[in-house]
Amino acid sequence: MNASVSSSVTPIGAAVRRKEDHRFITGKGRYTDDMDRPGQAYAYFVRSPYAHARIRHIDATAAKAMPGVVDVLTGADLATDGLGDLICGWMIHSKDGSPMKMGSHPALAKEKVRYVGDHVAVVIAETLNQAKDAALAVEVEYELLPAVADLATATDGEQIHECAPRNTAFEWELGDKAATEAAFARAAKVTSIDIVNNRLAPNAIEPRAAIGEYDSGDEAFTLWTTSQNPHVARLVLSAFVGIAPENKLRVIAPDVGGGFGSKIFIYAEETVCTWAAKKVGRPVKWTGDRSEAFLSDAHGRDHITHAELAMDEAGHIIGFRVHTRANMGAYLSTFASSIPTYLYATLLSGQYAIPAIYCEVDAVYTTTAPVDAYRGAGRPEATFLLERIVEKAARERGEDPAEFRRRNFIKSFPHQTPVIMCYDAGDYVASLDKALEVADYKGFPARRAESERNGKLRGIGLSAYIEACGIAPSAAVGSLGAGVGLWESAEVRVNPTGNVEVLTGSHSHGQGHETTFAQLVSARLGIPIDQVSVVHGDTDKVQFGMGTYGSRSGAVGMSAIVKALDKVEAKAKKIAAHMLEASEGDIEFKDGRFTVAGTDRSLAFAEVALNAYVAHKFPTSEIEPGLKEGAFYDPTNFTFPAGCHICELEVDPETGVVEIKSFVAIDDFGEIINPMIVEGQVHGGIGQGIGQALMEGVTYDEDGQLVTGSYMDYTMPRAGDLPSFTVGMTQTRCPSNPLGIKGCGEAGAIGAPPAVINALTNALGTEDVPMPATPSRVWAIAQARASRLAAE
Amino acid sequence: MSEATTIVRVPVRLTVNGKSVSAEIDPRTLLVQFLRETLDLTGTHVGCDTSQCGACVVHLDGVAVKSCTTLAVQADGASVTTIEGLATGGKLHPMQEAFRENHGLQCGFCTPGMIMSAVDLVARFGPNLDEATIRENLDGNICRCTGYHNIVKSVAAGAAAMGSAEAPRAAE
Repeated sequence: MNASVSSSVTPIGAAVRRKEDHRFITGKGRYTDDMDRPGQAYAYFVRSPYAHARIRHIDATAAKAMPGVVDVLTGADLATDGLGDLICGWMIHSKDGSPMKMGSHPALAKEKVRYVGDHVAVVIAETLNQAKDAALAVEVEYELLPAVADLATATDGEQIHECAPRNTAFEWELGDKAATEAAFARAAKVTSIDIVNNRLAPNAIEPRAAIGEYDSGDEAFTLWTTSQNPHVARLVLSAFVGIAPENKLRVIAPDVGGGFGSKIFIYAEETVCTWAAKKVGRPVKWTGDRSEAFLSDAHGRDHITHAELAMDEAGHIIGFRVHTRANMGAYLSTFASSIPTYLYATLLSGQYAIPAIYCEVDAVYTTTAPVDAYRGAGRPEATFLLERIVEKAARERGEDPAEFRRRNFIKSFPHQTPVIMCYDAGDYVASLDKALEVADYKGFPARRAESERNGKLRGIGLSAYIEACGIAPSAAVGSLGAGVGLWESAEVRVNPTGNVEVLTGSHSHGQGHETTFAQLVSARLGIPIDQVSVVHGDTDKVQFGMGTYGSRSGAVGMSAIVKALDKVEAKAKKIAAHMLEASEGDIEFKDGRFTVAGTDRSLAFAEVALNAYVAHKFPTSEIEPGLKEGAFYDPTNFTFPAGCHICELEVDPETGVVEIKSFVAIDDFGEIINPMIVEGQVHGGIGQGIGQALMEGVTYDEDGQLVTGSYMDYTMPRAGDLPSFTVGMTQTRCPSNPLGIKGCGEAGAIGAPPAVINALTNALGTEDVPMPATPSRVWAIAQARASRLAAE
Repeated sequence: MSEATTIVRVPVRLTVNGKSVSAEIDPRTLLVQFLRETLDLTGTHVGCDTSQCGACVVHLDGVAVKSCTTLAVQADGASVTTIEGLATGGKLHPMQEAFRENHGLQCGFCTPGMIMSAVDLVARFGPNLDEATIRENLDGNICRCTGYHNIVKSVAAGAAAMGSAEAPRAAE
């Protein structure tokens, strides 16, 4: 499992070192901001300093006269050119059947601005410094309107969009209300909880960037951008914004420095850079700085929820009732409406056999940055809610939370939940048992006693999560409102000399596709991995693809590659049969050789590849020359990774500082191609999950000003804040795709927050511990606990 | 603010990755801008605007600095090493090799700064680094992908490799 090789055939399951690393560790990565185009000008955006205001007047006269300024463009120019709004691509219907209220979202604001950082104008100049200087000279006259910054009271605030009374985008429901009410009516015990799921800034370390270019000869645009899904960006910019037809717009997403969801969406900046390139007749480059990222990258989470769990006398969960208010921010971002609905409420059954579930979600506008998918996207919110209330219910019953979970686990598959999902495979008892063993759950009381002797409060907390990944069957998501199908495409090009290019519609921005996908092809074709190149992120090279998010590239993207490989092998066998003068049915392909069964007559893969192109030895009337096959793969179901995470921590009641003593993650991701990369994904997810639990939180003040607008104010986890993690696996094969893969990208971010908070509530002896549980908050709770104990 | 109609230019002369370079620059040019835009050394990255993330770390006269908060004119006369200059004679630096071997990177964006800081860490604390020392002293570098788990492993392994690479040389 320690194969450091790149020049040999790489089996599935080997920890192959990454092919892409050489360029990254030598400074040769090619990120969008590393590129320059001849004659390029620089864009800088004039942004709203107010959360909510009417734009009375914009005067760019002085700015246009400043040194180096090429042009200043506003929403009026966009309108003159007839450009369409940015859109949300997932239709949600309210309980009353009405469609969601999607407020107008022009790339440059027209009548109103709706959050601090909203785009008002763009200054294009010879240098970035000149653009920044001139941006200060753009005079914007605002008529201030009341900010609507507080989610809890937003429905009573000033109306943000004309189409959305009470600032409500939709009021949605899922599940069987009557059955759930009936379950509560006969419950022996009900546990209730109020949860705030804190708002997060995704914080890919590479800020977003874009270069738009227009070729007046071909009347065609090129956009280099930091995207997780360049084809989707092209589709939206063509079909909805109307910048250019798809065949006249090339979108390139080169090396992308992390995404975590935030680079799925189609933003104002890349829209404007593309459009402006034609307008000013020069390439236009914009690179966001971190302050702009905090202001205008889509944020994640931000829910307020009240929930109740009904149990029978024996401690079986019989009903779950949830009411969530979800913050959408100022506009509905690209996939925003799907996050607190079909990616959230559909996971509320968790790992448990719950016969009745009913969930209501009110999606509410506020004058804050748009909220959309961030690592996990809906599933962390569902898991945090469920795993907190399950923990609380067990404690209220005076029962070991592990045993309460075990009793309620789903134990046979397939399992149809009351909230759409049909789980296909899993073994939740196995991951729980392994996690309890690895974490030495039994030894916890002794460790707690030892901590107490040292004046520390020790806690342990579990989280048994499930997620739906690999999104997803196109017809299924279509029936739920998705504007797109969620299949994936692949093309396998075998070159005459026998090496291979794999073109994929997935996009790698840290996931290591160049290695994992090549590893798959190497194993299948029996050729060395360095003879396989993975091509992605360019709409001119790759057939249409849906991109990378929702842990879908393994389960869906690689399945498409498998389908294409099946076709390559089938055709190569036909050619080999002619070359070996044998019948096609007698040809076997193994370890890179085509062999006539039962003989020693065989050909290497490269020999057949060459002959496919030379085309001398087979009738081209029957078999076309060449060896290149494409495939589109549409999954038959979501995949259902699941696992059990256990956090053990220690609180210093004198300082409120929390030290994580151990973090154990036991995950079931189905089959694994490269365990090194999978473990890396888990580590990163846990880091973000602990960040949410203990450190991170986007804060706006009552005027809608962003308080946490830099790394001086928004607490990012650093190396010293996190422990090393203990990661292990259990395995049930996913039955719905050819590789048996479930997906691993989001598990850590989903499983970690409830494990941490369950440990912290265990340590502090109260259920009321908000995220992020910062030292000051923990200190206050610990002091209150001490006073309470002293009074007793 | 910038009423300036004429752009003032100042000369700088420094050594970057062993090569002597000189240019006339806008005095407000940051060292990272000079490296990326003037010299096209785009391996040094910018991930924030408050000197926190460390994606821009380079060595200035052998000491790690954040090139986003260093003016290029401050490097006048100095010697700068960037990630592009770390490998010598076509051979990766042990710290680069350790990051690859231990999967210490994912998206690769923080990686150049992380590696430059790690090399500096070995210069300050020697090759035998324990986990606590590594974690505490990587405080100025933010990674969003790895949860630092494999970065810490990489730095420890790279430091040890630097130690054993130096030992025979010292004995020579």
